[in-house]
Amino acid sequence: MEITLTLNGRRITASVAADTVLLDFLRAHGCASVKCGCETSGCGLCTVFLDDTPVLSCSVLAVRADGHRVTTLEGLEAEASEFVTFIADQGAEQCGFCNPGFVMNTIALLRENPDPTDEEIRAYLAGNLCRCSGYEGQTRGIRAYLNAKKEGRL
Amino acid sequence: MLTIDRYLRASSLEEAYEAAQKKNSAVLGGMLWLRLSHRHVSTAIDLSALGLCGVEDLGDRYRIGAYTTLRMLETHEGLHRDFGGVIGDALRDIVGVQFRNLATVGGSVFGRFGFSDVVTVFLALGASVELYPSGTVSLETFCGMRGVKDILTHVILPKRQVRTAYRAMRNTATDFPSLNVCAVLAEDALTVTVGARPLCAVAYRLPAAGAGTAEEIAEKIAKETVFASNSRASETYRRHLCRVLVARAVDDVYGKGGES
Ligand SMILES: Cc1cc2nc3c(=O)[nH]c(=O)nc-3n(C[C@H](O)[C@H](O)[C@H](O)COP(=O)(O)OP(=O)(O)OC[C@H]3O[C@@H](n4cnc5c(N)ncnc54)[C@H](O)[C@@H]3O)c2cc1C
Ligand code: FES
Repeated sequence: MEITLTLNGRRITASVAADTVLLDFLRAHGCASVKCGCETSGCGLCTVFLDDTPVLSCSVLAVRADGHRVTTLEGLEAEASEFVTFIADQGAEQCGFCNPGFVMNTIALLRENPDPTDEEIRAYLAGNLCRCSGYEGQTRGIRAYLNAKKEGRL
Repeated sequence: MLTIDRYLRASSLEEAYEAAQKKNSAVLGGMLWLRLSHRHVSTAIDLSALGLCGVEDLGDRYRIGAYTTLRMLETHEGLHRDFGGVIGDALRDIVGVQFRNLATVGGSVFGRFGFSDVVTVFLALGASVELYPSGTVSLETFCGMRGVKDILTHVILPKRQVRTAYRAMRNTATDFPSLNVCAVLAEDALTVTVGARPLCAVAYRLPAAGAGTAEEIAEKIAKETVFASNSRASETYRRHLCRVLVARAVDDVYGKGGES
């Protein structure tokens, strides 16, 4: 089947099989930030935006992206660069494999709720699993970023 | 692994229904559950062009399209206001936001999953389902129906003055529930549903007043309900959980410590 979508601002047309999942399609189109963890919609590593909504690309058929916008971390580097250093400063990432999905979902959270409480941060990121860090560092990193923003230090 | 030969974006319910009657075809919801199966699907039927995504407020009821996502339900202001936030309470621990942005109401209800939070809360709220072409049936009836090959188009939630409470027990935060309970107190009746038994949820209807203390109600329901064991919890543990969660939910809707 032929599909046309806008990937990170670029319009592309490609041929896909009916059962190609978006994750495989995106990686085949150079988006190496999109990671495959569980393939059973449980880990959040494969998070991308379909239009502006964060979804699990391992569980979306590529044909369903036909006519839509898909954004991966490659297309959001400027928005992500604002807060990723705060997360790194907290030593929140070790192997880093979960990081792109985690950053994508943090961007979604901050677009939806620019001033979340720690509880709201935890609730929104509950679907992003990290096997190394225990999540506290990531929450601290986002909190540090939000504080810096409020105090005009950015 | 799920394999699919052909993808059909249906342009009418008739077309979707006709395709769904063919051997090895599958209607697509969010595909999250289907994806876990080892099925070979001849035709995957996408309903996204049929206008089934969204929540309509029809005055005395809500009509929820099958392609409405769980996240849309959870964040819907009217549903939150009219049902005391109970839908959000039931859905918020289902995996994560990205997951709930995909999981559909239609797939969640049609699946009638034994672990479902969705069925437990909808059943307690007195939901019915619209099936194409069979028409409208109560969710309770639908839960008992087997071999249905209809298309589920909408879920209807009647609006009533209610007080609501939802309680679930999970071994870890976003795991499947080991047991879930919903209590809905309307003017004329108290409805208590028990799900993740791990069989499909069941409903109990009691008089709004005079049904006993929360503990008495919980004891009676725990005795009557059929439970089973699986890797998440044993039958005995589930029965125990049922006593605790029903008592808490009933306490919540009457105001803690109050007798019904
Ligand atoms: C890892 C994981 C964890 C989960 N945890 C929970 C949990 O804790 N609590 C909970 O309540 N649920 C949980 N679920 C279930 C989830 O919330 C959804 O209910 C489930 O994925 C089905 O929804 P879907 O939209 O993905 O449907 P699909 O997987 O697309 O479809 C499910 C079934 O319904 C059929 N179908 C779909 N839509 C229609 C329609 N409109 N008409 C007729 N047939 C239709 C499909 O053919 C299929 O047989 C979990 C699922 C997964 C994969
Ligand atoms: S790879 Fe998609 S959720 Fe784990």
